[in-house]
Amino acid sequence: MKPAPFTYHRAASIDDAIAHLQGDDAIVRALAGGQSLVPMLNLRLAPVDKLVDLGRIAALRQIDERPDCISYGALVTHAAFEDRLVPDASNGLMPFIGSQIAYRAVRTRGTIGGAVALADPAADWLTTIIALEAQVALVGPDGRRAIAGTEFALGPYMTAIKDAELIEAIVVPRRAASERWGHYKVARKTGEYAESMAIALIDKARGKARLVLGATDGAPLVLVKSAREIVAGNTGAGLAAVIRRELAHSGRDFPPEKLLLHCTTAVRAVAKAEKR
Amino acid sequence: MKTSISTTVNGKPVQSSVEPRTSLADLLREELRLTATHLGCEQGVCGACTVLIDGQPARACIALAISVDGSDIRTLEGLDQDPLMLTLKAAFHDKHGLQCGFCTPGMLISAWDLLRRKSDLCAYEIRIAISGNLCRCTGYQGIVRSIQSAAQNWAGQVKLREQA
Repeated sequence: MKPAPFTYHRAASIDDAIAHLQGDDAIVRALAGGQSLVPMLNLRLAPVDKLVDLGRIAALRQIDERPDCISYGALVTHAAFEDRLVPDASNGLMPFIGSQIAYRAVRTRGTIGGAVALADPAADWLTTIIALEAQVALVGPDGRRAIAGTEFALGPYMTAIKDAELIEAIVVPRRAASERWGHYKVARKTGEYAESMAIALIDKARGKARLVLGATDGAPLVLVKSAREIVAGNTGAGLAAVIRRELAHSGRDFPPEKLLLHCTTAVRAVAKAEKR
Repeated sequence: MKTSISTTVNGKPVQSSVEPRTSLADLLREELRLTATHLGCEQGVCGACTVLIDGQPARACIALAISVDGSDIRTLEGLDQDPLMLTLKAAFHDKHGLQCGFCTPGMLISAWDLLRRKSDLCAYEIRIAISGNLCRCTGYQGIVRSIQSAAQNWAGQVKLREQA
């Protein structure tokens, strides 16, 4: 066995989990699918005194289809999206994202809520839910609240989750059928974490566009100016120059090679959306 | 402190006493002596420890035994009479799908799951599907050929059964 000793509590309900996550001085962590946390425990990179296993809380697997959005329980697995076991209102973007996270044996256990809570800048869901303008539904000792994905992600592995709070659901607005998406990811190996990733959502019929860049060593970047140029019809080298300028002025201090990489990724995501 | 868990391993009910930090892989290998499940990286990267948890492939090294309490676990040993697994094993033998054999149990389980879910696979799709299983000997050529051959053979067997 690899991890240092810890105690374990299998939460029976959301309230039970919250009660056990309040740990005074002890380091208490919530366990969802465990596909990132357990490797970090094995490597002894993540210190933990107590694990609160959320896996048996049925309420965290619930799907709620509403007229304007779909609420996905935090424990919905990547494989459930991939296999379309859950409804989709993203014109296929979410099933596609689910299908290319890591490997099948990871996707069967890894969850959307766990991935978003960890907020690894190079992981897939955080960038995706920000692109889709989703809300993160949180529940904690002070009750429930929902915040936009953009406000949720504060930096690499840093989120707006407070002590003893947990993600209850990811609420994704139904996207217009006229919207087209493009995704581009640069990874050294299939299933690896991204070196760069971008998602473009372009809706020509309604004159809307959204461009989000992930794997930036920080929270995903919403490229507002570039999106405006896409709507205005700017393409090719002109658009690439706009994206490059926006990235250079994003305050992230990208070295030249990263700037080129991220710019190329964003341009290709736009091109893929245009082709769809 | 140890906790008692009950699982079904390869069809048999099993009661075990585990520490919270014990991985499913360690439970299988150390307690139950089911050593087909190999441990390579122990951090969820190499895929050698892939087993089936409730019918779904998963990494036994990053599944805590205590968290799979009540689950149905199947290892390579538990698939030794399974027609699809026998087809895969024969193909791995025939097409040089292994050299040292360390990655083979994980490869076989991943391939088994793949062929249960999909048919008409091209070499590229097989490569993507086994990208979570590392092999340091074969260069993958033989493995991809083995899975392709098994897929064709299996499709034939399925067709025969449907006609019967």
